[in-house]
Amino acid sequence: MAHRWGMVIDADRCTGCEACVAACHAENNIATVGEAQAARGRAMHWIHVERYWEGEFPNVRVRYRPVPCQQCDAAPCEPVCPTYASYHNADGLNAQVYNRCIGTRYCANACPYTVRFFNWFNPVWEKPLNLQLNPDVSVREVGVMEKCTFCVQRIKSAEIKASMDKREIKDGEFNPACVQTCPTNAMVFGDLNDPNSAVSRLSASVRGTKLLAEVGTFPKVTYLERESSHGND
Amino acid sequence: MATTSMEQAVAVNRKADEIRQDLLRSVFFTSKRYYILVFVLIAFGIPGLVAYAYQMWNGMGVAGITRPVFWGFYITNFVFWIGISHAGTLISAILRLVNATWRRAVTRCAEAITVFALAIGAQYPIIHLGRSWLFFWLVPYPSQRGIWPNFRSPLLWDFFAISTYLTGSLTFLLLPILPDWAMVRDRARGLRKRIYSVLSLGWRGTPREWHRLEMAMRIMAVVIIPVAVSVHTIVSWDFAMAPVPMWHSTVFGPYFVAGAIFSGIAALIIAMALIRKFLHLEEYLKPIHFDNLGKLLLVFSLLWIYFIFSERLTVWYGNQTSEMAAFWSIQRGRFAGLFWTMVFCNFVIPFPILAVKKLRTITGTVIAASTIVIGMWLERFLIVVPPLAHKYMPYDWGSYRPTWAEITITAGTLMGMILLYVLFAKFVPMVSIWELKGGSHAAPVAEPSEAAAAPAPASFDGTVPSAND
Repeated sequence: MAHRWGMVIDADRCTGCEACVAACHAENNIATVGEAQAARGRAMHWIHVERYWEGEFPNVRVRYRPVPCQQCDAAPCEPVCPTYASYHNADGLNAQVYNRCIGTRYCANACPYTVRFFNWFNPVWEKPLNLQLNPDVSVREVGVMEKCTFCVQRIKSAEIKASMDKREIKDGEFNPACVQTCPTNAMVFGDLNDPNSAVSRLSASVRGTKLLAEVGTFPKVTYLERESSHGND
Repeated sequence: MATTSMEQAVAVNRKADEIRQDLLRSVFFTSKRYYILVFVLIAFGIPGLVAYAYQMWNGMGVAGITRPVFWGFYITNFVFWIGISHAGTLISAILRLVNATWRRAVTRCAEAITVFALAIGAQYPIIHLGRSWLFFWLVPYPSQRGIWPNFRSPLLWDFFAISTYLTGSLTFLLLPILPDWAMVRDRARGLRKRIYSVLSLGWRGTPREWHRLEMAMRIMAVVIIPVAVSVHTIVSWDFAMAPVPMWHSTVFGPYFVAGAIFSGIAALIIAMALIRKFLHLEEYLKPIHFDNLGKLLLVFSLLWIYFIFSERLTVWYGNQTSEMAAFWSIQRGRFAGLFWTMVFCNFVIPFPILAVKKLRTITGTVIAASTIVIGMWLERFLIVVPPLAHKYMPYDWGSYRPTWAEITITAGTLMGMILLYVLFAKFVPMVSIWELKGGSHAAPVAEPSEAAAAPAPASFDGTVPSAND
């Protein structure tokens, strides 16, 4: 049976520590762009933690919302790409083929979550940082878009392992770097096609919402949060 | 009866000679001022090329675009130039179809704007690519990669729309030039004669050729109108198809087309005024032309204000959270200055000038047209940038400021556009000679084919080789 990878993020558990961001950078060879470029808004974080304030001072509450690519079923980034660099793979992931990308940046505009990132310059890893690059993930060159892949390299290696053992992938057998790193277990990853997986059960929670559900993108990431957080959206 | 027609024929002949001399002057004689102008245009255009090369070498980051405003000056310029291109072919096709006789002097200036503005505008989607050198991946051709381009992408629709329009308008421009080039050929010597012999494709001016030319122009005029309308509609769909607040609008198609024709007529008026002055064509591009085009501009100014009002009103009344952020940033936020400048440039200033007959002079229409060209550029900027800066998630809002690279490339392409136009004016009579002569015959001869069919016009067209060589 085909997989349908999904994620649940419990916003009430998130402490905003950004360990997921750091883990993602390390796992996926995401370039750091430097202070000056980051100040211009060109920092690349496949997952970023959005911070929102609720209420008026002094009755303020802070809310964190980690936002990776929502891996939409009806992803607005896909049809607009003229070269099929942004496409839907068999597992329902919004894949990005770096080599096909010519850098129209249309997908980034179309994405309601602004989770697509552009390589404004060629990435640089000063020695010896180049030695820490993950060999399973391609390094992107200048002029192409990149985005969260749900750590597709981990998905593929788990699939290969399972097929060598002639078995199905077990729930929780592997996790994307962000999920693996989260100290409060705010994130859960798994197969939405498996009704007994943790991610399937949590997705059905009454606390569950989809980010920007009204846009009609049908995301595969579900946020768990108390109702109160919607009041001041 | 016989004497009157004789006198008429003589008068017509003299008139035709004058027309020919006036209009061919620029082709045969080149002043020092012309060389200086060309030199200046090239000198100011080259930095644009340098900036583009610099951008390709270093990366798109040298431009000011950033996350979340992934599109900026380049796409603004793209929409702007494609809009300007609606001056020519569309207007001239409509005027041809309705047999508006005053069009004769105007059509060529207009059609040339179309072709060159398209050629310039079509550069921008390539300039703005992260990897410009791979632009041909947008072209559908069977390749070793085994993938076709994505036909669902509005950018691919753009590719087809623009290449169709460019091919069509180039044909539309070149067809009626043939008799004029033949005329140059018959008067030229040496290298120039050889060049124009090739260019004029062996035009001899036989009734059959005239008939075919006329048929071709009729067909082209009918075909090119839907093409032109579709082009800017598709350009608008680059925005309207994306679920971005303030982009995702049903009004964008007609709104863009109206805006395109609006800016196109404005550009045409400016170009005509300059041609009139520098080529001394006061006898041909008359105040009546500016008056008529001014009226057309007035209509489109009203249409534009209507469109922008209905677009803004529905957004404001709908009051959707996501859209209101972009809406207020334009209306009274960071972009308000640009917005109200645009309203002044596109309506408040030009409207009284164009509405009052006394003010609708050549100077008046040129002033109105100049503010409109600026206003329409601002309009495109306000369509592209503020919505991107205010998408759904407030955390991801951002801003945009162009860098020297974008400004230099923008200036460079403007110079390029003027240069192409100036060079064109050197190799082609800017007013269609045969059409104008067709118009100068005593009524009822109004159609070029009829004029050509009559023996007298055919001879003084000078297109019978033996008569001139």
